[in-house]
Amino acid sequence: MSKLNSRIPEGPIAEKWTNHKNHMKLVAPNNRPKIDVIVVGTGLAGASAAASLGEMGYNVKAFCFQDSPRRAHSIAAQGGINAAKNYQNDGDSVYRLFYDTIKGGDYRAREANVHRLAEVSGNIIDQCVAQGVPFAREYGGLLDNRSFGGTQVQRTFYAAGQTGQQLLLGAYSALSRQIGLGRVKMYHRHEMMDLVKIDGKARGIIARNLVTGELERHSAHAVVIASGGYGNVYFLSTNAMGSNVSAAWKVHKRGALFANPCYVQIHPTCVPVHGTNQSKLTLMSESLRNSGRIWVPKKKEDAEAIRAGKLKPTQIAEEDRDYYLERRYPAFGNLVPRDVASRAAKERCDAGYGIEANDTNEGVYLDFASEIKSKGKQAAYALGDHDPSEERMIELGKKWIEEKYGNLFQMYQKITDENPYETPMKIYPAVHYTMGGVWVDYNLQSTIEGCFVTGEANFSDHGANRLGASALMQGLADGYFVLPYTVSDYLANEIRTGKIATDSPEFDAAENEVKETIDRFLNNNGSKSVDHFHKRLGLIMWNKVGMGRSEQGLKQAIEEIGLLREEFYKDVYVPGSSDEMNPELEKVMRVADLIELGQLMAVDALHREESCGGHFREEHQDSEGETLRDDENFKYVGAWEYNGSDSKQSTLHKEDLNYEFIKIAARNYK
Amino acid sequence: MSNSVLFKSSIAKKYFMALTGLFLCTFLVGHLLGNLQLIFKTGEEGRRAFNEYAYFMGHNLFIKVLSYTTYIALIVHAVDGIMLTIQNKKARPVKYAYNNPKANSGTASRNMAILGTLILVFLATHMANFWWKAKITEEIPLHSLVKTVDYPVGQNPATGEMITKPIEVTHYLNTNGTYQQFKVKDPSTGQEQKLFEIKNKHEFYDLTSHVKIGDGYKDLHTVVMTFFSKENSSALFGVIFYVISMLVLGYHLWHGFASAFQSLGLNHPLYMPIIKKVGMAFSIVVPFLFAIIPVIIYMNH
Amino acid sequence: MASKFINITLKIWRQKNSKAKGALETYTLNDVSTDSSFLEMLDQLNEQLINEKQSPIAFDHDCREGICGMCSLYINGRAHGPDTGITTCQLHMRMFKDGDTIYVEPWRSRAFPIIKDLMVDRSAFDRIQQAGGFVSVNTSGRTMDANAIPIPKADADKAFEAAACIGCGACVASCKNGSAMLFVGAKVSQYALLPQGKVEATDRVLNMVRQMDEEGFGNCTNTGACEIECPKGISIENIARMNREFLKGALTKA
Ligand SMILES: Cc1cc2nc3c(=O)[nH]c(=O)nc-3n(C[C@H](O)[C@H](O)[C@H](O)COP(=O)(O)OP(=O)(O)OC[C@H]3O[C@@H](n4cnc5c(N)ncnc54)[C@H](O)[C@@H]3O)c2cc1C
Ligand code: SF4
Ligand code: FES
Repeated sequence: MSKLNSRIPEGPIAEKWTNHKNHMKLVAPNNRPKIDVIVVGTGLAGASAAASLGEMGYNVKAFCFQDSPRRAHSIAAQGGINAAKNYQNDGDSVYRLFYDTIKGGDYRAREANVHRLAEVSGNIIDQCVAQGVPFAREYGGLLDNRSFGGTQVQRTFYAAGQTGQQLLLGAYSALSRQIGLGRVKMYHRHEMMDLVKIDGKARGIIARNLVTGELERHSAHAVVIASGGYGNVYFLSTNAMGSNVSAAWKVHKRGALFANPCYVQIHPTCVPVHGTNQSKLTLMSESLRNSGRIWVPKKKEDAEAIRAGKLKPTQIAEEDRDYYLERRYPAFGNLVPRDVASRAAKERCDAGYGIEANDTNEGVYLDFASEIKSKGKQAAYALGDHDPSEERMIELGKKWIEEKYGNLFQMYQKITDENPYETPMKIYPAVHYTMGGVWVDYNLQSTIEGCFVTGEANFSDHGANRLGASALMQGLADGYFVLPYTVSDYLANEIRTGKIATDSPEFDAAENEVKETIDRFLNNNGSKSVDHFHKRLGLIMWNKVGMGRSEQGLKQAIEEIGLLREEFYKDVYVPGSSDEMNPELEKVMRVADLIELGQLMAVDALHREESCGGHFREEHQDSEGETLRDDENFKYVGAWEYNGSDSKQSTLHKEDLNYEFIKIAARNYK
Repeated sequence: MSNSVLFKSSIAKKYFMALTGLFLCTFLVGHLLGNLQLIFKTGEEGRRAFNEYAYFMGHNLFIKVLSYTTYIALIVHAVDGIMLTIQNKKARPVKYAYNNPKANSGTASRNMAILGTLILVFLATHMANFWWKAKITEEIPLHSLVKTVDYPVGQNPATGEMITKPIEVTHYLNTNGTYQQFKVKDPSTGQEQKLFEIKNKHEFYDLTSHVKIGDGYKDLHTVVMTFFSKENSSALFGVIFYVISMLVLGYHLWHGFASAFQSLGLNHPLYMPIIKKVGMAFSIVVPFLFAIIPVIIYMNH
Repeated sequence: MASKFINITLKIWRQKNSKAKGALETYTLNDVSTDSSFLEMLDQLNEQLINEKQSPIAFDHDCREGICGMCSLYINGRAHGPDTGITTCQLHMRMFKDGDTIYVEPWRSRAFPIIKDLMVDRSAFDRIQQAGGFVSVNTSGRTMDANAIPIPKADADKAFEAAACIGCGACVASCKNGSAMLFVGAKVSQYALLPQGKVEATDRVLNMVRQMDEEGFGNCTNTGACEIECPKGISIENIARMNREFLKGALTKA
């Protein structure tokens, strides 16, 4: 039996989900309170799932490592959420969203999942509005939209630059309601340490109470993992400091396959690395590319002078600027997908046109001057001034910008001490999102029965590159509208199981393993901090498994990470004890998993001898530096089976991707 | 539930604070208007006006109700304030080792409890000086006026001229508005003759029929004037104390006035700036006017 | 961005757990880049402590871009430090001078017990939210079309401004009364301003205020400190709105 049965329902693409829903099994309301479900993670994906399952009547236990569900990393999403509502009447449709997503993902996503996502996208907006999520509105009182990269329609709903926050708070409010009603029990400041499997089925988890250090056993009839992405394998990323792979990795170690780990999204618009001791990178939302134009100087001398502080960007004449995205991709211009924009920035900087005076001269400009003027002019007209002065236009334009992006501009100014209303922003790509993750079937179930994975933690619907504003959409779609059906379908067979005991040998063994690992680290008596290793891992990953990857680099990375792992286990020092709040202990457990994952990413990247989406193999590009996909040999999901901490030993399983409803073609944004 | 909510909840406490506070503000205005007569009218006219006003305040039913409401408001305001303060202290059992509240809030707003307590102390002495005397001990002299008139004692048989002799006639101001002659005194002989008698400290009774013929006004005006006049050795101290107290009151109002509106939910971007300005003006003008009264009395007497 | 390096002295509150007695400890830290954020400075100090085999300082943080509300810290007498409109993780060391002594303390409130060092337990906020900070709508997605009820832009904008609260607790920390009115007021306002939230507005405000009082927060005396220190600029207008809503509720609810 093949390990990978994607369980895609039969039938035409537009009817698959409806038919499937009609035929899935149900659990009667009176049986639901007898069934326990664990949800690990309360970001958009987890909170929406836990709220929905709680609302249905299941006994839900939800876990997060932060002090509140409201702090999950989803809160940081800025730009917006897509939905095929076509409120703007610009030709959008479910099909188009489906098509854009598949194409944006460079034809490496599963058609059926993506179509389902597009189908339910509209309901997300309805749901959120009903929950009191304050989306941006137009003067007529109806919802406003903006556009995001990789699309030619305006389908992105937003709440200033804080869309993720507002959506998460919406999901958090739904979750809070269920907690208040006693249907969900929330375990905050708790970290899942392992999955417990009994007779091949996911039956519970071992969690650590981060305040007391106690290990706890929790049993359930199904476990949902919604633990987010693993961008922190690069140390510097736009992810929150606590984002990690551990929950997903533990599931992987227990037998779930891990798919496409090498697909990493490098976001083009982040604040460049500056200063020493930097701990993370900050995203400047993609929505800014609606209004900003990206450029570097045309002349190398100018770039050098800027880096040396002798020239200011505002002093560079219009004709001496290279708006390289508009030049290379006239059809999409500054709104090409993220991977394309990122590589283009790297190309310019590698060629010596970078403008930031950091170690690597990595930085390009994102300039709002033209937008300020044109929006100022519009605003002046709206106010009845048909011949506005330059100053008036700039003044009104800045106001417009402030209303749209105020918080982002403020954030930028606080970090860099520069005023982006006056001088262009400096930006550079940074690690942002991970398309890879735990392999799941159409029902979002992993290869472990009863273990579902959702949100950024699964390998999801985004193929080799995610379009902006689609992660929020996916998280909520899965949590609100998919998992309640598919989890119920699974649980229908569990109504006779009864309460699952936590004193079984399986629970004993799992807890002991966790204890041993903790003790091992605490007694290690090494000499270097966890961060020391994390930073070194990050450097290897960024330089060799980053934006441009080569066979040689990847091979080196695999070896170097292997050595790093050995050194880590020998020489890492973890202060404190296990029976107290111990952030260093939390970190060491996470970094241990990140090291294994990092190596697997390199292994996966090495095996994938093509360029697609976020995975760019330098050997596979055309004369203009565009990606060269190899559909003949690599049109599949690469899912890895765990065979020990040396990820070189992992076994590859393939899920072939069949495009029945979309004609597969080279991705073209020109 | 709602009843208990209206009394127990933290927000309800704020309503009571605000309502009583604003009510006390209106009391201040009334009180001030009365007091201003102390300086704006002079002589017997001023004295009479003030004492009549004081009598009115003490006897009008509506005013009586109002004044009892004021006492209640004051007590509620103080007790509620004390309760809030105690609870608020409990809300932060461990203090900051280093705190810089100046950076985020006004001095007045942070010290309402202290300011309120000082005002309470002031009120206590104020009441003891005037209110206690006026209401409880009633050791206040009645509004009287001594006029010297030439009293005809006979006729000069030679000239037919009237022979007069200066005598002092003491008038008491009757609440019916007339000056009632009370007694006469012959300064040369020192002989006195009472025309009626006073019972219950302020009631006039006919000497013979023992019928009540009127009521006297208490002479609070004189009490105040002597209290603050230079002749009184402790007057300067009194004046300074009053002025400082009014400063304290001003500070209390500086925060309290606008704050009351905020507590009642009356914060609107259009109106709040106006309320704030009115509050500031109120907290300056009212205490200032209160304060200059003793100063002026002191200077003039 | 000319980065400079400064040397500083830190007085940091250390407390082993909620029950232990805490005290301010003094540390010196050299070569701090002025481009570092405040938390990166603490990372640097922790690295130094770990290398000296001392126990590192526990503090809460996650997103490090001012949105998750996880970071806290009372720095030199002010919540989130000397700058305004930002969280501690957005505070940069360029706000300090060479040779400065910096006091770092945890949020102090009875309702936020200390977990360790600079970490406090803010779950009281969650419980307030659970008491009524939601619209009781099931997650079927089949409610009504999102554009079925137009909402005046001004109301939507105000609701958004209120909803921008990150639940950090700086309002409580900086309030001399340890009051949580700004946090609760913001949540109550967000829903009170939207038609979807109006349906349950009365119950919501009564329940949330009851929970707030039970948690042991102090009473608001309108000092306005919260509004100044709130990293998201939440206005105390929201408190006034809650007061109105509460009055309405208290007077009409049997
Ligand atoms: C800066 C930034 C901006 C973004 N902007 C956008 C955007 O505009 N539009 C868009 O669509 N997407 C955006 N994204 C992507 C999107 O925000 C994320 O992909 C998405 O929110 C992930 O949601 P999630 O629920 O899967 O995970 P998360 O929100 O990361 O939640 C993870 C949860 O898992 C818990 N957890 C993790 N491990 C454990 C463990 N071991 N034990 C217990 N609990 C655990 C955490 O506590 C947390 O609750 C952005 C991402 C970033 C970084
Ligand atoms: S109101 Fe402001 S200070 Fe208070 S929790 Fe919300 S964001 Fe923080
Ligand atoms: S760490 Fe998230 S707000 Fe500071």
